[in-house]
Amino acid sequence: MDLERRTFVRTAGSAGILAFLVARGFLTVGDARADLWNKPAFDAESLEDAIDILVNSPAAESPEVVIVAPEIAENGAVVPVGVVAKLDGVESIAILCEKNPHPLAAIYEIPPGTLADVKTRVKMAETSHVVVLVKAGGRIHMARKEIKVTRGGCGG
Amino acid sequence: MLAFGAATGMPLDGRGAHAGDPDALYDVAPFGNVSLLHFTDCHAQLLPLYYREPDVNIGAGAANARVPHVTREALLRHFGIAPGSVSAHAFTSLNYEEAARRYGKAGGFAHLATLVKRLRASRPGALLLDGGDTWQGSATALWTRGQDMVDVSVALGVDVMTGHWEFTYGTRRLTEIIEGDLKGRIDFLAQNVRTVDFEDPVFPGTVVRELNGVLVAIIGQAFPYTPIANPRYFTPNWSFGIRERELQISIDRARDEGARVVVLLSHNGMDVDLKLASRVRGIDAILGGHTHDGVPEAIPVSNAGGTTLVTNAGSNGKFLGVLDFDVRLGRITDFRYRLLPVFSNLLPADREMSALIERVRRPFAQRLAEPLATTEGLLYRRGNFNGTFDQVILDALIDVNDAQIAFSPGFRWGPSLLPGHVITREDVMNQTAITYPAVTVNEFSGEQIKSILEDVCDNLFNPDPYYQQGGDMVRVGGLTYACAPHAPMGSRISDMRLDGRRMDAGKTYKVAGWAPVAENARGEPIWEVVETWLRDQGQIGPVSTNEPRLIGVAEDPGIK
Repeated sequence: MDLERRTFVRTAGSAGILAFLVARGFLTVGDARADLWNKPAFDAESLEDAIDILVNSPAAESPEVVIVAPEIAENGAVVPVGVVAKLDGVESIAILCEKNPHPLAAIYEIPPGTLADVKTRVKMAETSHVVVLVKAGGRIHMARKEIKVTRGGCGG
Repeated sequence: MLAFGAATGMPLDGRGAHAGDPDALYDVAPFGNVSLLHFTDCHAQLLPLYYREPDVNIGAGAANARVPHVTREALLRHFGIAPGSVSAHAFTSLNYEEAARRYGKAGGFAHLATLVKRLRASRPGALLLDGGDTWQGSATALWTRGQDMVDVSVALGVDVMTGHWEFTYGTRRLTEIIEGDLKGRIDFLAQNVRTVDFEDPVFPGTVVRELNGVLVAIIGQAFPYTPIANPRYFTPNWSFGIRERELQISIDRARDEGARVVVLLSHNGMDVDLKLASRVRGIDAILGGHTHDGVPEAIPVSNAGGTTLVTNAGSNGKFLGVLDFDVRLGRITDFRYRLLPVFSNLLPADREMSALIERVRRPFAQRLAEPLATTEGLLYRRGNFNGTFDQVILDALIDVNDAQIAFSPGFRWGPSLLPGHVITREDVMNQTAITYPAVTVNEFSGEQIKSILEDVCDNLFNPDPYYQQGGDMVRVGGLTYACAPHAPMGSRISDMRLDGRRMDAGKTYKVAGWAPVAENARGEPIWEVVETWLRDQGQIGPVSTNEPRLIGVAEDPGIK
């Protein structure tokens, strides 16, 4: 296990980490700009509304967009969801949980030359599809996967 | 990678070779140069026992009517096993009581040890693989926190293991055993257990051994849904899952390092293994467990890399799988697979193992032997919807707690008891010995009860096995219902009635249950409730099980 990394994260305050990353050149101060925040999309209360705000062209399901997530969540409060987009020129990745009160969970802007492989944790109250939209080469690619949230027990 | 396919006329090997003659059962001629012996899901059963295979085992989706979802006569027909033979008794519930008296008990580590020694003598270098669920299922395993089974596994010469119920002793105890007793003796492998935070591996995933000059990689796969099916608080910092991507990386790495045979020692359950085998490249065989399916043959599955064999080796110490590969010039050219039932009348007990078992049991012998009641009927557990022993637990829960409804988990472990048997404390513990035994009594609305039943039913009958958890349907006492296994999630359960009257979604009902997965649940251990009830009864008449009215499964070969 990478204890050094774990200890570093646990002991360093988040502000400290940010300062460290800025100092090392991982981030520039302007990266947290408020104008990147797509407020209407994050405020949308249905999957359809959020998608309408995010994209204005129809999305096609693509096998090149892979959702890396468990079929059954171990803890609905923190479900790991990753996306790998094996496409050229990926510009952004959006992750949405169909049945959440605000379905849009995250948007990633992918700078040119960056590997389109992201991971986050989302909160899910119930079994739902997770929908991923990837903008690449000016087109919208989509993938979906059902993640089951169960009360557990009774196994084996 | 497996290259046999059509060239060697597979999968005909083994077909028709199921011994009808008990004396020929263990005449297993050696074959090839790489041999793997495999047992799984023994659930800490050290002594010979009876274990009735299911008569109801319905397959969902693509698994419907396919192995392992064939029972009774359909299973005999599928595998070409003669009715009334010793193999028919080992693999089915047909004429169970009569056949059980005729062929005697199965399993027991002293008898298993004899068989392992014989096979090792004829197959030098053979590895012994344990698929897990070894340290849980008996009073002595619970009271020693797995120590009796650890000692016996080391003595038996297990080489590699993975786990599921092992995790219910908590991370500290598991780590203590792995870093202590198992160190340098048994490799505990689990490629799919990762830290919650960075998803770093917790255990080694692969071990490579040289067998008669051939490099053989064993990859371990723990039960993917351990923190969901069992309490998450036992392993709060570990995340599980199937983890196909990481598995593919492990396989590719093993091949790059020169492994000519790659085997997955899996606790996925057979339906998950069959799906996995169709999607992952480079595994020669998946030696599987969890779903307790005693499957007489290895099932070949095609995938982009070739063919993967999938096996499942039953439970409760009743079987030993024997997989022989012939590897020539770095390629597997052929194989043989047998799932040998361990019949204690046909295999003498190994003296050293008998002595060890007697030693680990001695401190508890008097407590274990405490008689509670006599059963007039057969008590068993296995089946999709209920078993007579589960019905006894449900009746006890309702009576002792003055509840209207009772729930009991759909566990598949626990021996069967023949009519006339005096039920002892040990017998009750064999059905209940878990580290979260609390009985809880709750007020649930009709709507909540339906949602619980739907939830568990989907864990069993979701058409995609990756969404199943294994285990059977929660056993239900008090209320009757109808179940449509092939209906969509959320609409399988209907016609819920209490005393013949339809239940009300808004009304509350008193429900007793046990084995809560929530950390703060408190209550009397289930074995005390069952003991109290059995003592009061003294004599248990033939038990009839409360099972749902099934919809849409009329012609199913997985049903009696």
